[in-house]
Amino acid sequence: MTTAILELRGVTKVYGSGATEVHALTDVDLSVRAGEMVAVMGPSGSGKSTLLTIAGSLEQPTSGEVLVEGTSFAGMSAGDRARMRRRHVGYVFQDYNLLPGLTAVENIALPLELDGTRAGKASAAARRVLADLDLADEAARFPDELSGGQRQRVAIARALVGDRRLLLADEPSGALDTQTGEVVMRLLRRACKAGVAAVLATHDAQLAAWADRVVFVRDGVTMDQTGPAAGPESLLTADTPR
Amino acid sequence: MSVRHALLALLSEGPKYGLQLRQEFEARTGEVWPLNVGQVYTTVARLERDGLVASDDGDEPGPQKAYRITPAGGDELATWLRTPPAAEAPPREELVIKILVAARLPGADVVQIIQAHRRHLVETMSRFTRLKQDAAEDDLGLLLVADAEIFRLEAFVRWLDSADARLRHHTPAAVPPAVPSTAANDAAATAANDAAATAANDAAATAASSAPTTRRGTGTGARAAR
Repeated sequence: MTTAILELRGVTKVYGSGATEVHALTDVDLSVRAGEMVAVMGPSGSGKSTLLTIAGSLEQPTSGEVLVEGTSFAGMSAGDRARMRRRHVGYVFQDYNLLPGLTAVENIALPLELDGTRAGKASAAARRVLADLDLADEAARFPDELSGGQRQRVAIARALVGDRRLLLADEPSGALDTQTGEVVMRLLRRACKAGVAAVLATHDAQLAAWADRVVFVRDGVTMDQTGPAAGPESLLTADTPR
Repeated sequence: MSVRHALLALLSEGPKYGLQLRQEFEARTGEVWPLNVGQVYTTVARLERDGLVASDDGDEPGPQKAYRITPAGGDELATWLRTPPAAEAPPREELVIKILVAARLPGADVVQIIQAHRRHLVETMSRFTRLKQDAAEDDLGLLLVADAEIFRLEAFVRWLDSADARLRHHTPAAVPPAVPSTAANDAAATAANDAAATAANDAAATAASSAPTTRRGTGTGARAAR
């Protein structure tokens, strides 16, 4: 039985009004199951980043509804939304956003501590997620002692700490070279295999190709998506696309 | 020709049987480029005729016949490895031709045609990425071949993205006669297939200056993202 971890129903986002009105998103439906990785692909200004911030309730839709693990954000107070976000939603950004004065393990424990978890318990949870992601050696290092790829992996660990099951990533390997980006994507795949639902916003087809499904966004509309995944064996008979 | 030189490379490691050549070729290219056994034997027979490969006896080509590389074969291989492939003169890309044709075809939904190709390319990239994901870390041949295919396909996606943006900002010079849009989509595909070769030069020369329309909506009929 597959559960929808994230569900967007008829989400529309309009900025401004009257003559200056901009439709950032129009009637977007999207459902992401546990263990599934979905890439939202589109050029700059297509609405993919807005989709991500609305999915994580950093912004509210003009109309439509967002549900995370079956609970709707609609009608929640700002405080409840923030609590829901801290407990259920992890973010990964292109520029990592790690706090420079804290070690990797402290950075990862921080969201739990902010949510009221005792320091010792939060630190243990942070170490556990670092170990799960093969990053135990990085625990005591400060961000400026880590490479770009290591920083991004620590940022992913922070997004997943506390058993959060929805991971939203905006161009997560955007600043990395191809090989390092691949390491980051393998890590995200591993997280999905363990039951996390991930949504990546990207303009990069190589990155999107790691997803189970690619949804194409253009002018705020989800215009198309890739078909059901074909196995690699189909490559042996597939005609080369030109 | 790459099969020819790949076989020379395999033989440069030591004498090998025909069947062995085929198995090793496939293994080292990650089994992404399957090779039929006839191809191996005809290629190796030509190499022998050209003095680049020698065999021990006069048997018919077959799985049990052993081949070894000659000094001339070694020289040929060394030269080939350093010779750049002819990348400067690209073949007429069918995808490029299709978009050029679509851009000037009255009533064709260029945005949707571009998207159909983009989706197909990304789906193929996903299959190669899955292949990479499932590959053993030491399967160098497969990883290199999959990377190469992913980069090649990505180049087309990036070109489509840039074509999409260019067409969006392009101001039409003249309004063409209206054609029902469903028929136009079929026509675009047919025109691209049938008339590609003849239309290509003409289209290439004039598409930029006379593309009939830039945007015709983002396709409400597309598959919903659910």
